Amino acid sequence: MPNQEPAERRVVVTGPPRRTRRASGYYRPRTEIDEQTTLGHTYVRSLMRTQLRAALAVFASLGLLIGPLPLVFAATPDARRLEWVILGFCLYAPMVLLALWYVRRAERNERDFVRLVEDR
Amino acid sequence: MNSSYAVPAVALVVVATVLVGAFGLRISRTTSDFYVASRTVGPRLNAAAISGEYLSAASFLGIAGLVLVQGPDMLWYPVGYTAGYLVLLLFVAAPLRRSGAYTLPDFAEARLASHAVRRLAGAFVVGVGWLYLLPQLQGAGLTLTVLTGAPDSLGGLIVAVVVVATVAAGGMRSITFVQAFQYWLKLTALLVPALFLVLAWQGDGAPRHAFEEPATFREQRVVRVDDSLDLKLDRPLTVTVTGTVDGRTHDDARIQLPSGTHHIERGTRLTFAKGSTVPAADRGTNGGMSTSLAASREERPLYATYGLILATFLGTMGLPHVVVRFYTSPHGVAARRTTVAVLGLIGAFYLLPPLYGALGRLYTPELTLTGDADATVLLLPDRMIGGVGGDLLGALVAGGAFAAFLSTASGLTMAVAGVLTQDVLPTRGVRHFRLGTVLSMAVPLAASVIVGGLPVADAVGLAFAVSASSFCPLLVLGIWWRRLTPPGAAAGMLIGGGSAFVAVAATMAGFPGTGPLHALLAWPALWSVPLGFLTMVLVSLATPGRVPTGTEAILARFHLPEELRAEAKA
Repeated sequence: MPNQEPAERRVVVTGPPRRTRRASGYYRPRTEIDEQTTLGHTYVRSLMRTQLRAALAVFASLGLLIGPLPLVFAATPDARRLEWVILGFCLYAPMVLLALWYVRRAERNERDFVRLVEDR
Repeated sequence: MNSSYAVPAVALVVVATVLVGAFGLRISRTTSDFYVASRTVGPRLNAAAISGEYLSAASFLGIAGLVLVQGPDMLWYPVGYTAGYLVLLLFVAAPLRRSGAYTLPDFAEARLASHAVRRLAGAFVVGVGWLYLLPQLQGAGLTLTVLTGAPDSLGGLIVAVVVVATVAAGGMRSITFVQAFQYWLKLTALLVPALFLVLAWQGDGAPRHAFEEPATFREQRVVRVDDSLDLKLDRPLTVTVTGTVDGRTHDDARIQLPSGTHHIERGTRLTFAKGSTVPAADRGTNGGMSTSLAASREERPLYATYGLILATFLGTMGLPHVVVRFYTSPHGVAARRTTVAVLGLIGAFYLLPPLYGALGRLYTPELTLTGDADATVLLLPDRMIGGVGGDLLGALVAGGAFAAFLSTASGLTMAVAGVLTQDVLPTRGVRHFRLGTVLSMAVPLAASVIVGGLPVADAVGLAFAVSASSFCPLLVLGIWWRRLTPPGAAAGMLIGGGSAFVAVAATMAGFPGTGPLHALLAWPALWSVPLGFLTMVLVSLATPGRVPTGTEAILARFHLPEELRAEAKA
């Protein structure tokens, strides 16, 4: 068919839709993080914020535990034995407990984050 | 003190250290083993090693001596050393491990991509490391002198040689074993004698006046003054003197000294009657570890206590030998768990020195006069138990003290040598690491021979203050703040750490004398730490164009759990 204009030929091209990564299956934050998109950075920032909040909460508890002690000791100069007992023996166990609390919280934050971005 | 048991005990510790190091050497096969123990050290072994490294001469001998001389206020030191690890856990532990940095300069370069900042951090690491090594060597010298009367520098020399040999030969894998072994040795060496001492104390009727001021002699006691000192008397004191007091020579004469300051010449023997109060020696005239800059309770205001708290809480994270150990954990989660285990181990250890301090106030109060307060821990078994049992326990303590010098000194040497090898010596490699080891020990050894009596508490306090005002801002802002720039980091480290250094150096030179300015300079952390942070933040904000490209990716690496990152690489 030589006299037929190419423009008039209408061909319907069919085929499977091209698979872009974005559209593939379900929504995957993992990819955003790996490819360092703005959205990916937002995820990392949110993790950093929760971790920083956990650290600051425990740090504040430590401050509340330790901070007033020098004032108390200065106010009661006669209670030297009390000072010896408190500083010598009563602060280490609370500090270990604070540490355990923080580690549990930090690890839970990380697990939650992994679950979120892996979309499980 | 009888040295026939103590010397073999010290020798045994030294030999055991070399042997355990050699055992590590046999399984230390690769270069990676050598530097970072192949990053496979499990939390338990690693925690014991970190604790063994951290509990230095200042902890083993110094705290009891300080409590003896200055009362329970000084227990803020061990509390601060422990809390420092908690703060480290909160803000630094896991991200630092994930950063993959082996030393602080590595961290600075990885985070800021700047060679200049790396060099600056390296200079601070070497400085802080040397400052911290000096008291270890001096403490070793003091211990050996008390035990055997050997010359002052011999103990330091022994420690230096053993440390250089183990570190240079076996590297990280080998000292991990050595230090884990030394933690348990140190704990045993304090715990076992402590049990016997408490029994002896109970057998003595459990006297409870340890912290009644002022301390009194429990029995007639002869004190030999080895170095001339000034006595400050609040009330008149009757004492039997053989020797020279206030320029007048006495021979076994019972005299009454009026209240005021009295100068006692060296070699004088003072005999105190039972029940007489222990006079206070004027600080600065007698050396030793327990002498501190802002010494007596009256001269140490509340401000100084808070300065000490801040310096130790925030300074721990920047100590060079602490950071190096984190890289030996396999991953960030393990690094966190290791830190918790460390907290438990050093917390357990620190329950013991206060006990020795209180017993020292009861049974060896005259040590405050002779300037050997740091020997309290060494002398108590002999004084309270005596006989062969006392000698054996004393020997155990002496061995533990040597373990303390050896382990801290090897950790510091490892860290300083790492920096020297990577940043100063021309090429890298294990052979140059060995050269770096020798260098990093030679300088403080020479300094300890030349300078002599820099009090341990001061040198350690200085190291903490400098570290808290330079490395703490660098680590905390580097890990949590994305707008940090290289000029900001450099300026903050220089101004914060530099001013802390200058302040304490000025105090040591005796510059301001007394008064509020003296306190400000002697305990700089309270203003130098905020200054360091503020400078770092302000200069970074003023140079927004210098934020390194790739900061987001680096911070993601610091904070993302490893399981996400491993897949990202694949």
